[in-house]
Amino acid sequence: MRRIISVLLENEPGALSRVVGLFSQRNYNIETLTVAPTEDETLSRLTVTTTGSDKVIEQITKQLNKLIEVVKLVDLTEGAHIERELMLVKLKATGSQRAEIKRTVDIFRGQIVDVTSSVYTVQLAGDSEKLDGFIQAVGTSGVLEVVRSGVSGIARGEKVLSL
Amino acid sequence: MELLSGADMLIRSLQDEGIEYIYGYPGGAALHIYDALFRQDKVKHILVRHEQAAVHMADGYARATGKPGTVLVTSGPGATNTITGIATAFMDSIPMVVLCGQVASTLIGEDAFQETDMIGVSRPVVKHNLSVRHPDEIPEVIRKAYYIASTGRPGPVVVDIPKDMTTPNERYEYAYPKKVKLRSYNPAIRGHAGQIKKAVDMLMAARRPVIYAGGGVILGKASGQLTELTRMLGFPITNTLMGIGCYPASDKQHLGWLGMHGTYEANMVMHHSDLILAIGARFDDRVTNATEKFCPGARIIHIDIDPASISKTIDADVPIVGPVDAVLKEMLSLVKESKDKPDAEALAAWWKQIEEWRAFHGMRYETSPDVIKPQEVIEMLCKLTNGEAFVTSDVGQHQMFAAQYYKFDKPNRWINSGGLGTMGFGLPAAMGVKLTHPEDEVLCITGEGSIQMNIQELSTCKQYDLPVKIINLNNQALGMVKQWQDMNYESRHSQSYMESLPDFIKLAESYGHVGVKIERKEDLESKLREVLAMKDKLVFVDIYVDRFEHVYPMQVARGSMKDMWLSKTERV
Ligand SMILES: Cc1ncc(C[n+]2csc(CCOP(=O)(O)OP(=O)(O)O)c2C)c(N)n1
Ligand SMILES: [Mg+2]
Repeated sequence: MRRIISVLLENEPGALSRVVGLFSQRNYNIETLTVAPTEDETLSRLTVTTTGSDKVIEQITKQLNKLIEVVKLVDLTEGAHIERELMLVKLKATGSQRAEIKRTVDIFRGQIVDVTSSVYTVQLAGDSEKLDGFIQAVGTSGVLEVVRSGVSGIARGEKVLSL
Repeated sequence: MELLSGADMLIRSLQDEGIEYIYGYPGGAALHIYDALFRQDKVKHILVRHEQAAVHMADGYARATGKPGTVLVTSGPGATNTITGIATAFMDSIPMVVLCGQVASTLIGEDAFQETDMIGVSRPVVKHNLSVRHPDEIPEVIRKAYYIASTGRPGPVVVDIPKDMTTPNERYEYAYPKKVKLRSYNPAIRGHAGQIKKAVDMLMAARRPVIYAGGGVILGKASGQLTELTRMLGFPITNTLMGIGCYPASDKQHLGWLGMHGTYEANMVMHHSDLILAIGARFDDRVTNATEKFCPGARIIHIDIDPASISKTIDADVPIVGPVDAVLKEMLSLVKESKDKPDAEALAAWWKQIEEWRAFHGMRYETSPDVIKPQEVIEMLCKLTNGEAFVTSDVGQHQMFAAQYYKFDKPNRWINSGGLGTMGFGLPAAMGVKLTHPEDEVLCITGEGSIQMNIQELSTCKQYDLPVKIINLNNQALGMVKQWQDMNYESRHSQSYMESLPDFIKLAESYGHVGVKIERKEDLESKLREVLAMKDKLVFVDIYVDRFEHVYPMQVARGSMKDMWLSKTERV
């Protein structure tokens, strides 16, 4: 099953490489990984999406917790949560394609953030499925370049992951 | 406050940490530190002949004393030479701190002379590693390193020290922190009371229970509690290769050790049990054999300080995370208070069955009128040292024979690389033990393959007068490899013969030690007595043993625990 694990990490050099190293060393999957400092500058927030059986996921969370620099973590998929990913796409856009793309972007609630005579650059946020859906809708043949941020997530309601 | 240079702070921190010995080897990036070492005499430095040996020495010291060992090396090759030793300690959860020089921080990343990213290289084989980023951090970094290395599930910690952190003329205020607090590291200090209660109820209800104890009992200094609990319950007990000595081997409740080369009775009892109380053990593949066939009728209580060890390979029914000594103490008091007692009748029937397995006796070997059997040598050594020696070993058949035929009644005396299986571990580990146990007999049981992986340390032994006894079970082959080739590759002995062996006697003598060769069976006892009588000499005993011997019992690959070869021809 796909899981979203959210980690508070000491904001120190080398901490990230320990997390990444753990995944490769123990043969766990990383599908996406995002990391950035938080409002508390001593902490980074890292979100990793991974897949595995319940047993593997249990080991992943235990092994992550063992890393000295991991302060706290939560498996967001255990409860209600919001997940978002940002995508920037460059699309071939000439002639009648231009109007068609514009319509699709609107349906997906994206924005065209840059324009040339032959290219649209589109920005889109949502869960990963929505981003996949957009690419499918515009058709891969017109896609020149895709950049995805990887998943960020947060629990719904009053639950917070903090010190 | 006192003003000290980084190098002096480092050495002062070691003093304040109570470190008596460090093992190491100097080089450019560590020279300021070596100079600071020279100007004091509290911390004693042992100069090895290869950095790997320094780590194994620190490791042997740690295993024998329960205290963290300390290593000091230079950057680049000095640091990378420690990796095998660090990985060895990591796999067996041995506390140690490895201090590595590094090129100056201003040069890092420029492929400077003797620059290696030691933080990166060591990362997968350490509990943690730390770099010094400013000289005034040194006391805190050192305090943290020892704290992390020796608490929770212990392990090696590497400290990377760029040369400019130790510059002699730059001085800073020195104070050694009394305590460290890490918000992200809080090892459990006691087990969950409800889980412990549940476990005790299960123990009382069991009909075919067994206690399975591991190296964690020794690391957690819980042999006393384990022994008391086992006797109070009257249950059979087995332990892992790493747990040897955690419960007296000569006691009647003890079944010997379990797993790949464990005893017939230990493996049979495990397989047929209905309850396994696992304590500080990690159900590794050399114990469980095929996990899907593991002990089909058993429920499992698993006590361990490391939550990640629980339900990693075999699912636990009752997990208990906590230090083994604290958890066992709580269990003991619950057992004492409990109105229920284990079912005496069921237990008697279980013991009757166990005695039958014991009588069948899987631990046997055929003696020969003229050839010396390796097992005989170990039995003789055990007799001549009253089972009280510290025994280190290398890796191979000799290691298994030593573990099987030397009977350890005390913890911390059997010292081997169980997890990584590092050939070359035995001699330096023995040196680390002997240094701090000069009055005790220290034997290094080795093979002609393994001993050559760190034989240069004979020179260190001379310099520091370390009269260990090296028992070389010379079968003129990489015996364990050869055994597998006999069993799985139709005896095609690919690269498992050691041709052109040195004359070990002359070799020992050239280093200034004594060499004794034993080739005839009738000389075995008398010569070993002579060897052991040479109290203040390092003696290299080269014993020519049966070249064709195999280690048995041996679990059948991919079978259950009870599937074993008992000799070259008998399979159960
Ligand atoms: C550093 C290292 N390299 C290779 C091995 C694989 N290995 C395991 S046992 C063994 C043979 C050891 O030979 P020897 O020391 O003579 O012991 P024997 O089995 O003959 O008693 C080898 C090569 C190992 N364990 N460690
Ligand atoms: Mg050999």
